[in-house]
Amino acid sequence: MFNVCADPSTLTEFFWVICYLTTAKHFAFYVSFFVVLVLLAIAAPLSLLFGFIATIGTRSSNWIIQIFSKSYINMVRGIPDVVFFLFVPLALDQFFEFIRHKIICFDVVEPIWQGTDFVVCKSAKLPLSTAELWVHQLYAFTLALIAFAIVFGAFAGNVLSGAMRAVPKTQTETGAAFGFTQKQIFWRILVPQMWIYAIPGLSNLWMILIKATPLLFLLGVEDIVYWARELGGSKTSMYAYPHPDWRVYYFAGLLVFYLLMTWASSKVLKRLQIKLSKGQATMAGKELQGY
Amino acid sequence: MKKILIAAVFASFAISTVYADTVRMGTEGAYMPYNGIDDNGQFIGFEIDLGNELCKRANLDCAWVKNDWDSIIPNLKGGNYDTIIAGMSITEERMKEIDFTRPYTMPDPSTYVTLSGASVNLKSGVIAAQTGTIQASYIVDSGATLVEFATPDETIAAVRNGEADAVLADDAFLKPFVEESGGELSFAGDSVFIGGGVGMGIRKSDSSLKDKFNSAINSMCDDGSLNSLITEWEISETFPDCK
Repeated sequence: MFNVCADPSTLTEFFWVICYLTTAKHFAFYVSFFVVLVLLAIAAPLSLLFGFIATIGTRSSNWIIQIFSKSYINMVRGIPDVVFFLFVPLALDQFFEFIRHKIICFDVVEPIWQGTDFVVCKSAKLPLSTAELWVHQLYAFTLALIAFAIVFGAFAGNVLSGAMRAVPKTQTETGAAFGFTQKQIFWRILVPQMWIYAIPGLSNLWMILIKATPLLFLLGVEDIVYWARELGGSKTSMYAYPHPDWRVYYFAGLLVFYLLMTWASSKVLKRLQIKLSKGQATMAGKELQGY
Repeated sequence: MKKILIAAVFASFAISTVYADTVRMGTEGAYMPYNGIDDNGQFIGFEIDLGNELCKRANLDCAWVKNDWDSIIPNLKGGNYDTIIAGMSITEERMKEIDFTRPYTMPDPSTYVTLSGASVNLKSGVIAAQTGTIQASYIVDSGATLVEFATPDETIAAVRNGEADAVLADDAFLKPFVEESGGELSFAGDSVFIGGGVGMGIRKSDSSLKDKFNSAINSMCDDGSLNSLITEWEISETFPDCK
């Protein structure tokens, strides 16, 4: 990056460290922190949405929707994360390519499954093999995002349906007595009041989501743990900056990052909890009112 | 509307056939001198130089893809890339899953490395190797206790911190570590020859690509450029039947 860094073997210790920490490989490491943060920022609301839809589904009067939602929540919760993360992106990718193959290459006679090889025509590939590297990376990231949303959506669904059942029955009964329709009771009484009961479960889920991000590398996205391992591993003189095994320092850095994330999250969640407790018929709500 | 859609589909089909095919080359990027990532984040190593030259000779447009070693064969079969060029030795077991080109290195000797001065019984001690390598199955057959690691680098770290008595890996990979350890590490026992040399892994259904790479490797063998690359990166013995 800097001109002084042209020949690392001649540098003094101070400049060596500066140059070492500003190599393109280290920038990829720094960028991966943003990748993880972006994943968290999108995956969390998306899983909440999945969970919310599934919860509504479990309360549906249509038994098909009900069974589908219930089996989604229970099946996904029961399957180990790692298995799911290996399966979903692969299955989604092959599903998309299969459909594209049927539409674009309808004239191709060779079967898609040749032995155990999955072969679609060149123009059905997603992304096309001619695509830029960043397109491939974005595609992998999107698949990872969907996998995260599906898995954490199931957990969120369970938390939310428990929270809905925790809202005091008197609240909904009062609504009914005032002549609210079922829809009004749901949207105006149940949903606004359930969050306070959902917060402990959801905050747990958020912490688990933060810790689950290293699974990204399984899905082909280079995350912070991958780069820490890659950069920290001992480097022989084939590299411009040879060094012994420094993984412990890199992982210590990650430890600080994860602790900071947890610390910041618990601050925010605490404030959220106070905000949501206002006017609630719970102990925390009463304390706020000075009872 | 339907006509437009069909026209669009045909157009996209036509456009994509105009471009030269891009062959995606899957590698691990963590096994110098075979393949690695330099400080600028670029691929380097023997196989990168070799692969680029092969693509030039076969008139292919190639792009490099990094993939974890553990899932490198499933992702080839799933079509995420078209070749594996990652220091993968040709073995019977792998031949059941995928095809290989002719080898582009001689069977590379594998060697044991231990802490200097330690007396290790290589037939009954604890030996580290990377998961899913020929060395890992060799250790199991030899009667020693195998500890597996996901990356090659971790196998060396295991010897340094005493988790394993020795590591078994390709000689070319271990040599720089021993030379630069300042006497901490040293070779032990005799070299063992396992596997049928390193080749490019290609889907069984993709025999035309295999033929292209085979003839490219043969042409590099004939004009001596293969042997000079092997010497340049200190990989293994040179091919006696190549120029």
